[in-house]
Amino acid sequence: MVGDSFINWSLLSLSAPGWGGLLLQGFLSSIEIAVGGYALGLLLGIGGASGKLYGGPLVRDLLECYTTVVRAVPELVLILLLYYAGTDLLNQVLGAFGIGTVDISGLMAGIFVIGVVQGAYSTEVLRGAIKAVPAGQIEAARAYGMSPFMVLRRITLPAMLPYAIPGLANLWLIATKDTALLAVVGFSELTLVTRQAAGATKAYLLFFCAAGALYLALTLVSNVFIGMLERHARRGFAEQR
Amino acid sequence: MTDETTHALAYTPEDLPKKESFLKPHRILLILLFAALVVAIAVFMRWDWLPRYLPRLGSGILVSLAMLFSTAFLGFLLAVPLGLFQVTGPSFLKVPARIFCTVIRGTPLLLQLWLLYYGLGSLFPQFPAIRQSFLWPYLREAWPYGVAALTVSFAAYEGEVMRGAFAGVPAGELEAARAYGMGRWTMFRRIWLPRAIHRALPTLNGETVLQLKSTPLVATITVVDVYAVISKVRQETYLTYEPLLLLAAIYMCLTGTLVVAFRYFENRIPTRGA
Amino acid sequence: MTDAAQAIAVTDLHKRFGSLEVLKGVSLSAQQGDVIAIIGGSGSGKSTLLRCINMLELPSAGQISVHGEEIRMKPDGRGGLMPADRKQVQRIRTQLGMVFQSFNLWQHMTILQNVIEVPIHVLNKSKAEALETAEALLRRVGLYEKRDAYPAFLSGGQQQRAAIARALAIQPLVMLFDEPTSALDPELVGEVLSVIGDLAVEKRTMVLVTHEMKFARDVASHIVFLHNGVIEEQGPPEAIFGAPKSERLKKFISSIH
Repeated sequence: MVGDSFINWSLLSLSAPGWGGLLLQGFLSSIEIAVGGYALGLLLGIGGASGKLYGGPLVRDLLECYTTVVRAVPELVLILLLYYAGTDLLNQVLGAFGIGTVDISGLMAGIFVIGVVQGAYSTEVLRGAIKAVPAGQIEAARAYGMSPFMVLRRITLPAMLPYAIPGLANLWLIATKDTALLAVVGFSELTLVTRQAAGATKAYLLFFCAAGALYLALTLVSNVFIGMLERHARRGFAEQR
Repeated sequence: MTDETTHALAYTPEDLPKKESFLKPHRILLILLFAALVVAIAVFMRWDWLPRYLPRLGSGILVSLAMLFSTAFLGFLLAVPLGLFQVTGPSFLKVPARIFCTVIRGTPLLLQLWLLYYGLGSLFPQFPAIRQSFLWPYLREAWPYGVAALTVSFAAYEGEVMRGAFAGVPAGELEAARAYGMGRWTMFRRIWLPRAIHRALPTLNGETVLQLKSTPLVATITVVDVYAVISKVRQETYLTYEPLLLLAAIYMCLTGTLVVAFRYFENRIPTRGA
Repeated sequence: MTDAAQAIAVTDLHKRFGSLEVLKGVSLSAQQGDVIAIIGGSGSGKSTLLRCINMLELPSAGQISVHGEEIRMKPDGRGGLMPADRKQVQRIRTQLGMVFQSFNLWQHMTILQNVIEVPIHVLNKSKAEALETAEALLRRVGLYEKRDAYPAFLSGGQQQRAAIARALAIQPLVMLFDEPTSALDPELVGEVLSVIGDLAVEKRTMVLVTHEMKFARDVASHIVFLHNGVIEEQGPPEAIFGAPKSERLKKFISSIH
């Protein structure tokens, strides 16, 4: 038992008896959801941060509720709630218009739930970054007669980027790892496929380690790009320490 | 940087509402609306199952909290050497510590948990030595794997925080310790470590809230925490929303309690402005 | 050579940072009760000299004795020196009360905790004894009311006075001051100088690196003018400030005033 069958590399082969192809497909799904969810989260975050900083009191409080709930409740619980509530709600709305139920694809649902969670995180990251821009720079822009919108577009947004990039980069890494939680609602991303492969072949360690290597590779490759991006964004900053 | 991201992911003491400015007209309206929502949820949704499950929910909450505190404690004990080695260790300690933190932080916790539970869990029975050891009765349970995975994960994230905290202690304060004749160990024990923890405290609080948010994952390996109890409710009652809403409310309360407790401690030991 | 009355004796001290030689053979001695002020422009090596005395900076060559005991050193294999006996260095350091330019109070401890830390955990005094000494010292520097405050909540002047109390608490043979007022706002300099001045009046042995020429002239028994890593001129304050001999010292003094 412990002998030659201990590591059976052929299980990872890309074609039929091996599970490698399925694993890679799951990996692609994970990346798709991470990209989609992250993009949706960024959109929500830009809206959320602007609302929190420049919105009226009601908007601010509602956004505060959104970010508080997401930051206080486990992702796993949120994903379940959003997954069921989101699909249910959509079908009820469609039903009310007499269109009838649709089968929402797992991909869209996954992007939706990851996006809503990421949106709250992005809101906080972007809000913090905008607040980190020295007030004097914005004052200077106003003093030279820029309109509020122009100040935002020409000064605040570019100036906050260096402060936002580390946080946003972390959120991207978190998004890639949060996709694994969709395994719990039965979406065939990398972690669930891995578990199925492992269960079918009993080669648990092999498959989980292989999946771990894929996630790690994604993180490390991302880190290389993040490093390049940060260096670019921090031009004009005197080096600290 | 770590500090800010933690803050973005976890509700922290800084977010607690300030008393003076809390009640404003639109807020009263919001509170009334919220109260109406709660009443509607209580009246129009089905809650008849709740009394039957209360005892189990209580013990589930206790299991969740036990998971949180034991793994945060053990994880922190591991995080101190992980952080220290990365700042000052010889390379045979520095490199493994760095690799450990990178690998754990670079892979999903759920995958690590399943790797330990299914992977090691399937490996252990093949070794007679393990089956005969006194540990075997525990290794057949699920919770040791949950504790192990959560501990390792907390250690890796917190190790990174401690690395920054150790490195960030002003050199002058360490120099002052040396200047008055402190030995290395005394300096570490009396100045460097407490000062680093002091610096890391706000982030540490945030990481602990994040750890609470990670605990329900152990339900996927059959540990019966509060999340698992709610899953059981959903299976037995065929209800979807009521149990999940209750679960969200329970976690909000747990996070809130934790954050209020942290604020109390932060007020006692001033960490900001230092 | 080294008799016990000499509080500090530095002989032919050299210090190199890479190819830059900061100290080029400095000898200096302080008798009990001396107040020695080291002056000089920036980059003259005066802080480095002070930091070498308690081995915060390791000298490249030369000898240092404290109270007649020579610090044993051995080659570090890279052309410099290192302590031969770590324990000896630690013991000698407890006889030297260092005060830093940037205070370096331990920020996670209150003022009182800062002052009792070394007596309890290095000198093995009882807590009661340490507290008694510390409270008396804090009264003396005018910070008794602030004893339970954390350093971050004090002004620079208050922090530096607390740091002086912390250094005095180890009951040192010699007090070492490394530009104790350079990091302070001008209006806070006076309160710190008056505390140091009081110490001079009671004949405490002190070595002081400073930019405050008037203060040096008032309190010091001996002035050392350091330039480019060598002692250019030294003597009693009246001679140094009243009748400087070297051109460099004349220039330095006129540039200060």
